[in-house]
Amino acid sequence: MGVTLSASAAKHVAGFIAKRGKGVGIRLGVKTSGCSGMAYKLEFVDETQDEDLVFDSHGVKVIIDPKSLPYLEGTELDFVREGLNEGFKFNNPNVKDQCGCGESFNV
Amino acid sequence: MALLQIAEPGMSTEPHQHRLAVGIDLGTTNSLVATVRNSIAVCLADDTGRAMLPSIVRYRADGSVDVGLAAAKAQATDPKNTIVSVKRFMGRGLKDVAHVETMPYDFEDSPGMVRLRTIQGVKSPVEVSAEILRALRERAEASLGGTLTGAVITVPAYFDEAQRQATKDAARLAGLEVLRLLNEPTAAAVAYGLDNAAEGVYAVYDLGGGTFDLSILKLTRGVFEVLSTNGDAALGGDDFDHRLFCWMLDQAAIDPPSSEDGRRLQIKAREAKELLTSCEEAPIHVKLGSGEVVDLVVTRDQFAEMTRHLVQKTLGPVRKALRDAGLAPEDIKGVVMVGGATRMPHIQRAVAEYFGQEPLTNLDPDKVVALGAAMQANALVGNRAADEDDWLLLDVIPLSLGLETMGGLVEKVVPRNATLPIARAQEFTTFKDGQTAMAFHVVQGERELVADCRSLARFELRGIPPMVAGAARIRVTFQVDADGLLSVSAREMSSGVEASVLVKPSYGLSDDEIAGMLKAGVERAEDDMLARALREQQVEADRVIEATEQALASDGHLLDAGERAQIDAAIDTLRKLRDGKDHRALKTGIETLARETDEFAARRMDNSIRAALAGQKIDEIQV
Ligand SMILES: Nc1ncnc2c1ncn2[C@@H]1O[C@H](COP(=O)(O)OP(=O)(O)OP(=O)(O)O)[C@@H](O)[C@H]1O
Ligand SMILES: [Mg+2]
Repeated sequence: MGVTLSASAAKHVAGFIAKRGKGVGIRLGVKTSGCSGMAYKLEFVDETQDEDLVFDSHGVKVIIDPKSLPYLEGTELDFVREGLNEGFKFNNPNVKDQCGCGESFNV
Repeated sequence: MALLQIAEPGMSTEPHQHRLAVGIDLGTTNSLVATVRNSIAVCLADDTGRAMLPSIVRYRADGSVDVGLAAAKAQATDPKNTIVSVKRFMGRGLKDVAHVETMPYDFEDSPGMVRLRTIQGVKSPVEVSAEILRALRERAEASLGGTLTGAVITVPAYFDEAQRQATKDAARLAGLEVLRLLNEPTAAAVAYGLDNAAEGVYAVYDLGGGTFDLSILKLTRGVFEVLSTNGDAALGGDDFDHRLFCWMLDQAAIDPPSSEDGRRLQIKAREAKELLTSCEEAPIHVKLGSGEVVDLVVTRDQFAEMTRHLVQKTLGPVRKALRDAGLAPEDIKGVVMVGGATRMPHIQRAVAEYFGQEPLTNLDPDKVVALGAAMQANALVGNRAADEDDWLLLDVIPLSLGLETMGGLVEKVVPRNATLPIARAQEFTTFKDGQTAMAFHVVQGERELVADCRSLARFELRGIPPMVAGAARIRVTFQVDADGLLSVSAREMSSGVEASVLVKPSYGLSDDEIAGMLKAGVERAEDDMLARALREQQVEADRVIEATEQALASDGHLLDAGERAQIDAAIDTLRKLRDGKDHRALKTGIETLARETDEFAARRMDNSIRAALAGQKIDEIQV
């Protein structure tokens, strides 16, 4: 199953990497903290680590560390616009409840 | 809900801990706000997709304030309350402002800074600018989904202390945390240099709506070092409009026009000027208030001729900046053009001729300042990894700072183009036997005579131990921070008596005034809140009345005449309260009606349950 990007997310990530001028892909991860236990991590990747898992989605490399994978299995990263605001959103099937902020969640 | 952005490697923040930082180009004509998002600097647009906010503020009779396009539409119909190019008044007295006679405002010359009488009372340019900044802050917070951590605000490099302080005060009033005041040409150089990995000595020629700056910078491996800066804080596209406006008055033989006509003609002058950038000639067609029609055509050559002296006027600062940097035109690797007014062909020609090379016009002259400011803001809040593409800014002070000495002469303490931040001390002594106090007068400018410089502050050092003339050693320290803002302190070295002064009070607004304005701002926010609360209760009242009336229409038979009359009376009362102004009374009215209809609602519920049960029985029978 792994982790995927929506077509729109992939297009935006590819565009951002091109404009940034460097980067091999994007890292999705989780860390503990936040108002409901776990928080998402979303970063550019310049160098992958040995243990990293790499998925390909619409031609973009999605990089995940093995510890994060169980929490993200089946997740799709989407790019959305809400009014003036725009950005990425995790559609994560493992989530039981999430904080209204969309940045932290419980499994 | 916060939408996520991609962070630099290892720079993810905790949830709710995003450091949202913006760069704001507070321009004479147009203002912009930009941020670094997903590692890329972008200008933030409004809900119609426009990034540029016209720097126009309108005070309306009903107490509301329009900013931007909505205000721009009222320029000709409500000129007195619609403030354009307010940046020209920042930190300026009435006598410092050019062409006041053709401006439609009702000025009040108060000490330090001119003020404007509007339908909402007397406004300081600081308050007007704060409205623009507030609109940009709100746009940024809506776009970034959170409260801003801070902002870098750009100012013309040639802005003096008073103008810088006024800008900082405006930001404070708009609820912004100022991370840094950044010089506009320096911001442009950052955006250009980082984008093009430029190295070498560059000139930035920035001609905006109201100000002209020329900075010479040396770009080497991530260091942006300003070598010198010069300019004219009152020269810009507005002055080209003004020349054409005067020509129109002359050609059409118009006596001094009314404020409304004046604004109409000025708007047309600007349109014609901008049209001449792409066309050989521009028609000017204006219908005046009297019904009289002005019908003219201006050609590109005519326009170039009538504004030639303005173009020449920009070359003076260019020469001086090169001289201060010890460079010749041929030492310049590239000339970066910034500001909408650099689109004019005769400006580009003059610059190309002077430097012996075509200027660089490959970036958007409108946005580059805001983008550079956003990059600096992003760095200052710590969103950037400290790695090999780290960069450093070294800026300078545009005008010398000094003290008045005997005979009205100026003793310079911090020379212009000194790199910031800087601290410089100078020693003075008493000139009379037994002298126990010494007065200081801090000034800014290049001229030798105090009368020709700008007065910034006066203060006195008291308690000097009596000594013979020339024996006391008084050390005066000037400190200029990275924003270009000055503080001065003085100390008698043998006794350690200290007096210090912050330059701010004599030229900007006093702290008390700022506090008063902040309070007024809070009150306005409260008014807004009350209006919203009233609106919410009105919607609720409408809903309750409608629901009750529907219930009465369908189930009115469940009530006896007395009960019915009571409910009707409660509805009546609520209707009257609904059109009033008191949201609390309205809320009570809604609650009263709810109480009065409690019993009715219960009966209706019973009734429908009974009906449902009855229906069920029929079903069962059928089965
Ligand atoms: N196509 C054009 N031809 C000539 N002038 C133009 C054109 N487009 C814009 N301008 C002029 O550029 C000026 C506005 O430039 P800009 O938006 O850079 O100024 P600003 O940043 O608001 O002002 P400042 O930097 O002086 O505070 C106006 O005078 C406008 O008429
Ligand atoms: Mg500008």
